[in-house]
Amino acid sequence: MYRFWSIPRITRRAWKVWHRNLVVFFRTWKVNFFPPLIEAFLYLFAIGMGIGTYVKEIDGIPYVNFIAPAILAISVMNSAFFECTYGSYVRMYYQKSFDAMIATPLSIEDVIAGELLWGATRSVLYVIIMLPVLAAFGVISFPTYLLAIPLAFLGGLMFASIAMCFTAITPSIDTLNYPSFLLITPMALFSGTFFPLTLLPVLFQYIGLAFLPLTHLVAIMRMLTLPALTGLLVLHLIWIILVTAVFYIVAINLMRRRLIV
Amino acid sequence: MFYPLLTGTLDYCLPQVRDFYGNISNHWFIGGAQIQVIIEAQDLKKTFGDIIAVDSISFSVKKGEVFGFLGPNGAGKTSTMKIIACVSPRTSGAIRVFGMDPDNFPAEIKMRLGVVPQETNLDPDFTCYGNLFTYSRYFDIPPDIAHQRTQELLEFVQLQEKKDVAIEKLSGGMKRRLILARALVNNPDLLILDEPTIGLDPQARHLIWERLKLLQAQGNTIVLTTHYLDEAARLCDRLVIMDNGKILVEGSPVDLVKQYVGEEIVEVEKTEDVLSCLSGKNIPFEVIGEYVQIATGSSRDVVRTLFDHCSPHKVLTRPATLEDVFLKLTGRKLRE
Repeated sequence: MYRFWSIPRITRRAWKVWHRNLVVFFRTWKVNFFPPLIEAFLYLFAIGMGIGTYVKEIDGIPYVNFIAPAILAISVMNSAFFECTYGSYVRMYYQKSFDAMIATPLSIEDVIAGELLWGATRSVLYVIIMLPVLAAFGVISFPTYLLAIPLAFLGGLMFASIAMCFTAITPSIDTLNYPSFLLITPMALFSGTFFPLTLLPVLFQYIGLAFLPLTHLVAIMRMLTLPALTGLLVLHLIWIILVTAVFYIVAINLMRRRLIV
Repeated sequence: MFYPLLTGTLDYCLPQVRDFYGNISNHWFIGGAQIQVIIEAQDLKKTFGDIIAVDSISFSVKKGEVFGFLGPNGAGKTSTMKIIACVSPRTSGAIRVFGMDPDNFPAEIKMRLGVVPQETNLDPDFTCYGNLFTYSRYFDIPPDIAHQRTQELLEFVQLQEKKDVAIEKLSGGMKRRLILARALVNNPDLLILDEPTIGLDPQARHLIWERLKLLQAQGNTIVLTTHYLDEAARLCDRLVIMDNGKILVEGSPVDLVKQYVGEEIVEVEKTEDVLSCLSGKNIPFEVIGEYVQIATGSSRDVVRTLFDHCSPHKVLTRPATLEDVFLKLTGRKLRE
């Protein structure tokens, strides 16, 4: 039985993989910078201004301000998750990039760690692009919203790690659709994003808090952008750190099991 | 960079030699020259579930030689290459590359390796230049040196005009040449080539052969696998022929041909006359399809006998090749 929880040996060389992805990202920056920008506008107009006309406010907060942190959190989730599922799978399976990299002093642990760091960085970049748009609409508060940037890295690392676990076990690129539609899409809707978690039946509230990573990310993000900081932030943060640590280790071990035979 | 010295790490598998000062050394001395061992494998075994890919093989590769692994598909050549290249752990047995164990010092070993994989795995997100430059980074090569080296290597494989061309725009031959260049970015001490000229036209093959010869002349050690037996005969100083995970024979191409086939081959069209005549004269032969093959030290004598006594139709004589050895040892049955 392979040990999924053994601590992987990662060196600083992981940053070389991260750097490779960064270079590719900025080489095609026009394509890459456009989606988060458009996404921010689309959500703000469709849901914020559209639905917001009817739903004036939630718990005394203007509706647009209520969903602004959710837009950021969903973007963190999507960018890291899709980068480390479809993106990593293409690099691993179709481009054979991982095979090429492990023929150099890089180990498979370095390569996967680099991919995960990159997934998290992509989340950070998306948040950095979206923040000015949201700030321009006056729906987030300075200066606490700046903390969304480091939070994006942590949240991104969590979703990148979860994504990489699926990439490590998926038989083909098509089956990656299952986690996308069965996990990511429902999570984007039911994690206290567009309506408060408290509207759900109590059982679902507990399930959301116990198992849905986005719930915790949205909660912290909202505390930062409203701002409405409470002691609960620490609990949410601890939940995210623990889950990130577990999936980060498991993801690397699963990938090692898949690629090193 | 710390490299454990070759000396002292191989005590169990190398003959011990005392040098001038009486110190035990693990270098082999032949004709006064010091022969360093680059790869030393003992009872190397690799299994995938129930399948035994590499079945307790032992071999050693010395500094500066071109060493070939030949064998039909599924013989265990690529598995052996992957163990040497530190990307696939062995199941059992011992192996040292530069005196280091791939299980314990993969990064240190890989730092000094150049690998040409069987599958083309160039990075499609970069140009030719970008591929070599990015690869250099993985070896901790500083950017200015990487830039210079990349230019030199593109010239070395005659791709300087394709410098800024995307990978998908390259022909198969150009891709293989670029992969060879990529394997050289770190100035490797050992080159591992898995089917380096697979699917190439004769021009591209000759260019790669010429480059490999040049690299050997510069003192590089090269380990390669190939299906092309003319390629093996041309390039390899020594080679092994593998089948079903085992090494069948080892030696220089010339010696192997002499030992297992002979000097020359006489091929004669198969007729009843020829068959009964050869049997009558006690000349050993082998029937291959419509032809009868006679391996011999002197084709002149065999041909004379044939014409004098057997009334042959078509007769052809040719030097024996590695291909004859290969087919003799591994059989003519298709493998896949």
